[in-house]
Amino acid sequence: MEALLSLFIKAVFIENMALQMFLGMCTFLAVSKKVETAIGLGVAVIVVQSITVPVNNLIFNYLLREGALAWLGLPDLSLAFLGFLCYIGVIAAMVQVLEMFLDKYVPALYSALGVFLPLITVNCAILGATLFMVERDYTFPESIAFGLGSGFGWALAIVALAGIREKLKYSDVPEGLRGLGITFLTVGLMSLGFMSLSGVSL
Amino acid sequence: MTSAKEVVFKPLFDNNPIALQILGVCSALAVTTQLSVTLVMCVALTSVTAFSNLFISIIRNHMPSSIRIIIQMTIIASLVIVVDQFLQAYAYEISKSLSVFVGLIITNCIVMGRAEAFAMKNPPILSFLDGIGNGLGYSFVLIVVASVRELFGSGSLLGFEILPLVGNGGWYQGNGLMLLSPSAFFIIGLFIWVLRGLKKEQVESAEFKIAPHAAHSEEGAF
Repeated sequence: MEALLSLFIKAVFIENMALQMFLGMCTFLAVSKKVETAIGLGVAVIVVQSITVPVNNLIFNYLLREGALAWLGLPDLSLAFLGFLCYIGVIAAMVQVLEMFLDKYVPALYSALGVFLPLITVNCAILGATLFMVERDYTFPESIAFGLGSGFGWALAIVALAGIREKLKYSDVPEGLRGLGITFLTVGLMSLGFMSLSGVSL
Repeated sequence: MTSAKEVVFKPLFDNNPIALQILGVCSALAVTTQLSVTLVMCVALTSVTAFSNLFISIIRNHMPSSIRIIIQMTIIASLVIVVDQFLQAYAYEISKSLSVFVGLIITNCIVMGRAEAFAMKNPPILSFLDGIGNGLGYSFVLIVVASVRELFGSGSLLGFEILPLVGNGGWYQGNGLMLLSPSAFFIIGLFIWVLRGLKKEQVESAEFKIAPHAAHSEEGAF
């Protein structure tokens, strides 16, 4: 249990998806103008992340990895090269299912998330977390903790950035830096701040 | 009708995918600590963009629009698998240091964005060139960032020593920050500043303007 908690903390603060791994940057920069929308997107990412990472973990361990198909009488077969196709398929399908589920049972959340749900399919943070999970060979419980943690860390980062940008829009920024430029510098400073957490360990 | 030359060179400066459209920054930053790794990443992304554009453009008239995203995804993912297998076979060391970022080309917004915005509407050859152009635009930013980071971070370029480090008996004290993640954000931010300083029409308009000083105006006071 302690190991899982420590993995969660590590995924949120030390290996923050957005600020340390640079994942999900496109949406991170484009949808962080308002705190409200940032929270919506953040919640959507947490949900999708904590479903897809464990599901992909099962697929990798029981279908794709070398020797996983031994029960079919194929002990030497490794389908690991098909990984990318499967993972992105799972992510796209999950997002679609989640969208239909929310539409039917939780319409309020569905309309709040709106356009962000489909956008999540092409969010590199989601695919990135799955690929890290495969590369580091996490077990099933570890993959749950990692999925939850990395989603939470990403959400935290985008909400914080949106908060800063809301204040920043009243400031007098030099012409060429306006908009995108100053946002990059802000994210750089935030990333510097998160680095100071790298000493934290449980 | 856009000419081939325009299609290839416009994304380099006028319409750079990273600096102006904020596309594809995701993978762009993490692989820029060493120039050699960056070059491999650039070649990989450029070839995936070019070929996905080519194939999608070939079948664009036979694709039902309701499932086009899935088809595009599948084509892109297959191309990335080819690139990944190729790297693992012929450049294993570099493929290790790129780690997950080769796989992340699938979700790189440049690839998807060009497929959707250009390849769906244009003939194959032109789409192929557009893919190369946008790949070059991406590579341009990446190479600039990587050169700065490797030169000032570890005093070398492509592994050759340019600024001899103090540790090796030279005079240059390596800047450790350059090898850490925040520096990439700063460099891209400053890069955008320079680019927009040169091309004024790309400056974003301010949402709020500071009003001229109101205290001296007599109008409205009693």
